[in-house]
Amino acid sequence: MKRQLPLMMVFVFGFAMIIQYFIPHQASEWVNAFLMDWMMIIGVFALALGIWSLIKVSWDKIKYKKPNWEYAIVTLAGLFLMIFFGFDYFRHFSTPIGSDNYMYVHFYRHIVIPIQSTMFSLLAFFIASAAYRAFRARSLLATLLLIAALVIMLRFNPLLGPIQPIMEKFSVWLLNVPNLAAKRAIVIGVGLGMVATALKVILGIERAYLGKD
Amino acid sequence: MNIFDRLMSFDRRWVFLSLAIVCVGTYLWDFSVPITISEEARSIYDEVAALKEGDMIYMSVDYDPNALAELHPTTYALAELCFRKKVKVIFGTLSNLGQGMVDQVLHDISDSLRDTATYNGVFYEGREIVNGVDYVFLGYKPYPAMVIQAMGLDFRVPFPTDYYGTPIDSIPIMQGTKNFDQCKLVVDMAAGNVAEMWITYGHGNYGVPLALAVTGVMGADMYPYLRSGQIFGLAAGLLGAAQLEKLCDNPGRAMDGMRIQLFAHILIILFIIMGNIGFLATRKLNKLK
Repeated sequence: MKRQLPLMMVFVFGFAMIIQYFIPHQASEWVNAFLMDWMMIIGVFALALGIWSLIKVSWDKIKYKKPNWEYAIVTLAGLFLMIFFGFDYFRHFSTPIGSDNYMYVHFYRHIVIPIQSTMFSLLAFFIASAAYRAFRARSLLATLLLIAALVIMLRFNPLLGPIQPIMEKFSVWLLNVPNLAAKRAIVIGVGLGMVATALKVILGIERAYLGKD
Repeated sequence: MNIFDRLMSFDRRWVFLSLAIVCVGTYLWDFSVPITISEEARSIYDEVAALKEGDMIYMSVDYDPNALAELHPTTYALAELCFRKKVKVIFGTLSNLGQGMVDQVLHDISDSLRDTATYNGVFYEGREIVNGVDYVFLGYKPYPAMVIQAMGLDFRVPFPTDYYGTPIDSIPIMQGTKNFDQCKLVVDMAAGNVAEMWITYGHGNYGVPLALAVTGVMGADMYPYLRSGQIFGLAAGLLGAAQLEKLCDNPGRAMDGMRIQLFAHILIILFIIMGNIGFLATRKLNKLK
């Protein structure tokens, strides 16, 4: 029963959602909205599981003094402080007043925003270094990749003068013809793969999601 | 090690240092860069500019602070244009740190809207924008695919209250607004696969007219959707944001950032050329030996 019940539920709800999609009726919309609610409720449990998992992993790191355990303290401190401020010092649990809390807003604006922006900005330096090393005309394909990259980077460069409009036209062609063809092939391939996998799950052929027990 | 070997094997710290000097230098050196407008960015502007007073659009701010440099200017430019034209805006976010982004945009734009302005020759009086009348901010809910589908049925399914806890039904602009049918268009500013979810579920299921503003690296991936008509406009990266700022006649951070990006790109190209000169010359020399 432990395995049969989930299989039956996946089969019933999987097919119900497929059939519902093709029935443009108010009742069908109601079923869809009802199931959406359920999906979001189940999703919230996953969020709680994620928080629990983060606490457990970080706590274990600190407890057993695993490598870089000091960072786990920062992680936990950040998590609990944001919860503390987010609930307005635990004074408001059911209202969103916490999102206006002075410390909550300042932690976001002056810690989260600079940290995330800095992390992403660092990518520019690594990309520059990687481009210098990787873009070498080693073969015909590598040369084509190199040319495409240069054209895309230079397409709107005003310093090119009269060559710029040519670069722009060439880049538009690159994006709309070879890029589009390749991307469409990938999208269609992935789409068909997703349909096949979904059908395998609904029909109970693919059962990995049930676990080993 | 001869000169060609040296050209091929610069220590990466020199690359980092040169890029840092170029970025800081061009940031300090104040000059403007001419911006060429692409058709896909113009399509977004044309649609938004054609909206009339009282029309409603949905703006999905689906990015975290890490994509702020590329996408924030687009949000500012389009939101300000809408508010100047008295177009009502429903804001939402499907990114967990996106709430702060919307909050910041609304806070800053409320200030700038108090001043009079002339954009593209049209004079706009300064005014106060009122929460619930000019805009509503629905807030954040996890699981984007589900939220988009639920909003397509009724905004009240995923968001019974707005971000500030006000019940949706008591918000003036949400009265008579059920779902995307009441929105003239949806603009999604996205840094991740949420953009594709909007295409699949927003446009696919409900046929919403959709435009995307995405990060530079995502730009090329979105062209198939543009050509198939699933999205009517595309603004990719800082360039896309700068194009929209120019079209809106409201220069901001993106146009400012373009000069830094321009010279950073030139530096990267110079490094690539140097590396290739070294590589090809070394290969030639090895063959001659």
